[in-house]
Amino acid sequence: MIAFLHQVSAWAVPMMIVLIPLYAAFRKVPVYESFVDGAKEGFGTAVGIIPHLVGMMTAISMFRASGAMDALVQAVRPLFEKFGVPGDVLPLGLLRPITGAGSLAYATDLIKTHGADSLAARIAATIQGSTDTTLYVLTVYFGAVGIRNARYALKVGLFSDAVGFFAAVAVCLLLF
Amino acid sequence: MVNWIWLGMMVISVAFAAVNGRVQEVTEAAFGGAQTGVTVCIGLISILVFWLGLMRVAEQAGLVSKLARLVAPLVRKLFPDVPADHPAFGFILTNMSANLLGLGNAATPMGIRAMQELQKLNPNPDTATPAMCTLLALNTASITLIPTTMIAIRMNFGSAHPTDIVASTLLATIVATGAAIAADRWYRSRDRLPPLQAGKAADTKGG
Repeated sequence: MIAFLHQVSAWAVPMMIVLIPLYAAFRKVPVYESFVDGAKEGFGTAVGIIPHLVGMMTAISMFRASGAMDALVQAVRPLFEKFGVPGDVLPLGLLRPITGAGSLAYATDLIKTHGADSLAARIAATIQGSTDTTLYVLTVYFGAVGIRNARYALKVGLFSDAVGFFAAVAVCLLLF
Repeated sequence: MVNWIWLGMMVISVAFAAVNGRVQEVTEAAFGGAQTGVTVCIGLISILVFWLGLMRVAEQAGLVSKLARLVAPLVRKLFPDVPADHPAFGFILTNMSANLLGLGNAATPMGIRAMQELQKLNPNPDTATPAMCTLLALNTASITLIPTTMIAIRMNFGSAHPTDIVASTLLATIVATGAAIAADRWYRSRDRLPPLQAGKAADTKGG
């Protein structure tokens, strides 16, 4: 099953690259011109995201460099260890919604230091795999269309990150 | 809320920097972060250019609207204020499928394309609509069938069963997505901003 899904993942993109233009050509669409025409918008869209992402990344980067992130983690750690959760896993829950690269680096380090088959490694991998970087997704998706007022979207994203974190911990404690 | 989090992070950072004596580091981090933001966007250029090109081909071939009509009955419940045969549904589906298959670099352009379609229905171009918030909620929770990156990393560090996290990841991601949809519903129902009105778009754009 998993091997099959891997195959589907591997083939999905090449199949799209072949089948979409083939079908379009069959429907008499000038495929190359149409591709170039659509592709033109990509540059502007990417550039439009820059101010949003620069603003967000600056704040995140400062937050981590100042030691504020570490202080936050130290403050909540004892609470988690009470429930039998390896304390090292906690920072990942806080990092995950804020920084994709940072949380990936942290998860990799956890897997390395605790061993790939330890409980902490499994929890870390599950957390990393089951949620996305909320702040990044919000910044990029809304930034691309020029939305400045995100309304309740951030609350929903952070709430689901929190639920995902606790679900990942609970599921791993049950399964492994 | 984004305003407060952003401001809060910077104010707290400078306060901590003062206490910890890390003013220099924080200053460097500010510009380092800005640089990361630009680097990430530069990296997005090639991905967006490519996928938006391919998506235009699919659109002109009529594939997107076909797909939209096909899945609209399924996805409509989540996006009640999007008209039934709107092309946004086609992009929403491709975005969700790319997420499911773990094709991160395809998911983002499709999601942005879906946002652009939803933006066309938006009477207030700088404020998110409920449909946009729902799409965002689905993406922040991102249901993934195979967490390829994590499997690869565990393999690198000599795991005996690198794929045994597939089940736990799937369970956790389903719970997270369920929570996202429920929270989105809740906020949507108690949100007091005026609902979508066709025709209002013209007024706000003029001003």
